[in-house]
Amino acid sequence: MSKSYKAGVKEYRSTYWEPDYKMKETDVLAVFKVIPQPGVPREEAAAAVAAESSTGTWTTVWTDLLTDLDYYKGRAYAIEDVPGSDDAFYAFVAYPADLFEEGSVVNVFTSLVGNVFGFKAVRSLRLEDVRFPIWFVKTCFGPPHGINVERDKLDKYGRPLLGCTIKPKLGLSAKNYGRAVYECLRGGLDFTKDDENVNSQPFMRWRDRFDFCQEAIEKSEAETGERKGHYMNVTAPTMEEVYKRAEYAKEIGTPIIMSDYLTLGWAAHNSLSKWCRDNGMLLHVHRAMHAVLDRNPNHGINFRVLAKLLRLLGGDHLHSGTVVGKLEGDREATLGWIDLMRDSFVKEDRSRGIFFDQDWGSMPGVFPVASGGIHVWHMPALVSIFGNDSVLQFGGGTLGHPWGNAAGAAANRVALEACVQARNEGRPLEKEGKEILTKAAEHSPELKIAMETWKEIKFEFDTVDKLDVQHR
Amino acid sequence: MSKVQDYNSRLSDPASRKMGTFSYLPEMTKAQIRSQVEWIVKHGWNPAIEHTEPQFATSNYWYMWKLPMFGETDVDAILAELEACHKANPGNHVRLLGYNNFTQSQGANMVVYRGKPV
Repeated sequence: MSKSYKAGVKEYRSTYWEPDYKMKETDVLAVFKVIPQPGVPREEAAAAVAAESSTGTWTTVWTDLLTDLDYYKGRAYAIEDVPGSDDAFYAFVAYPADLFEEGSVVNVFTSLVGNVFGFKAVRSLRLEDVRFPIWFVKTCFGPPHGINVERDKLDKYGRPLLGCTIKPKLGLSAKNYGRAVYECLRGGLDFTKDDENVNSQPFMRWRDRFDFCQEAIEKSEAETGERKGHYMNVTAPTMEEVYKRAEYAKEIGTPIIMSDYLTLGWAAHNSLSKWCRDNGMLLHVHRAMHAVLDRNPNHGINFRVLAKLLRLLGGDHLHSGTVVGKLEGDREATLGWIDLMRDSFVKEDRSRGIFFDQDWGSMPGVFPVASGGIHVWHMPALVSIFGNDSVLQFGGGTLGHPWGNAAGAAANRVALEACVQARNEGRPLEKEGKEILTKAAEHSPELKIAMETWKEIKFEFDTVDKLDVQHR
Repeated sequence: MSKVQDYNSRLSDPASRKMGTFSYLPEMTKAQIRSQVEWIVKHGWNPAIEHTEPQFATSNYWYMWKLPMFGETDVDAILAELEACHKANPGNHVRLLGYNNFTQSQGANMVVYRGKPV
């Protein structure tokens, strides 16, 4: 049935609010936390979000009638109270499959978090979760290798992997930096890591760093008989430079490189991830800038969405927060997004902030990386929270050991293995952590000193971005 | 501040070579090995045994002892096979694996008898 054209401004809800809409398996579903401007009804605000993030604009245009907008439009199909807030509500929006280019995370988010975030009728807006339909998941590239292939390549099973970010972040010469790497690896770590802002500065050019770190890897492998890696950061100003550095890392035989997916850009990161699969290179992913997007509880993009989209773009490791260290991270919310990184099917679970079932099909999982302000005393909690499929990274907790990096690394490795062994024996880690570590330290003077050094350190600031729960 | 202690690891000393998970802990007692076997059985993983001469330990492929024990849940039977492999290959590293056929990975992998480093 044809419609007639009438110029002017319509209320969004007359077109974009459909509470009776039956979602399709193929729809992209999204939930936004919305705080509307005073006087804007919830249905109108929700419909405006659906419109502005899909087909709509502020006024009717005659070209609307040249297509079937009912087929293409996003629809707000539900609104819900946000527990603990009088101002905010959740708006659920369904987007039809044909709004998006296959395999393009960039395209989906250019719609979902595009102009709508600056839209005047809403005071603040936060994208809390997105359900990617299986057709979209299958057209995305995903991790270059994934958790299980990485374990096979590195021959490491039945425990979390151990890493360390080399400090000071900036200012070391390549040779001294390689020394720090070597000491960590020979002491028992699986990985060391370039810090995110270590790229190719005047004090240490990338090629020199790669060469010295590769020697550190090779010698520590010969010494310990175990496989080692250093995340060689190939984040660079241009893609030509990124590829040049990645190719060189491959040429010298290193097993893993790293990228910062938010500052590098999603398309660039996606290309690098494809390169990694083509070239048998593992890819560690850092998340600089994430807190700009995800920390404000009322505006931005929740980290669970950033984690899901990274799994789609591709990466073998992704920083997830530690729950117990120096950086922000609510425990239940973190448990939610580490499931989203690793599992093949994740059920809706509001107690973990997961709004939709998510089927990942055959897409491999990403190792969550816990890094930042953690030390041996956190080990029982970390093993209990993260389980085997994780990378635990102790920076200060390795390098700050009074006897040096090798001793610090050994202390962490002994603590980790003692916790895994005890867990496998059925002991409650978080309750008996102290006894487990104390017993293990009887055979490890390195662990004993580490435990004495870091005994008193705790990070007990309140979390800013908490799950929305009733507090009255 | 305690006196700084040297970290004793040498290319020239074969005792510095490690063997993956649990190789930074003392060798397991019989009771500890039993607990780890129980952990594998509890998860429904398929136990398997492999061994190698210590100088070839870095290979992905150690010698398989017979076949993986598909569906075996008898802890004593698994322990007996470990013992048999150890007896037949003195001086070898002997490791216990738990194959997870759903992830196509190994849920557990640990050396339970340590060979003589060379």
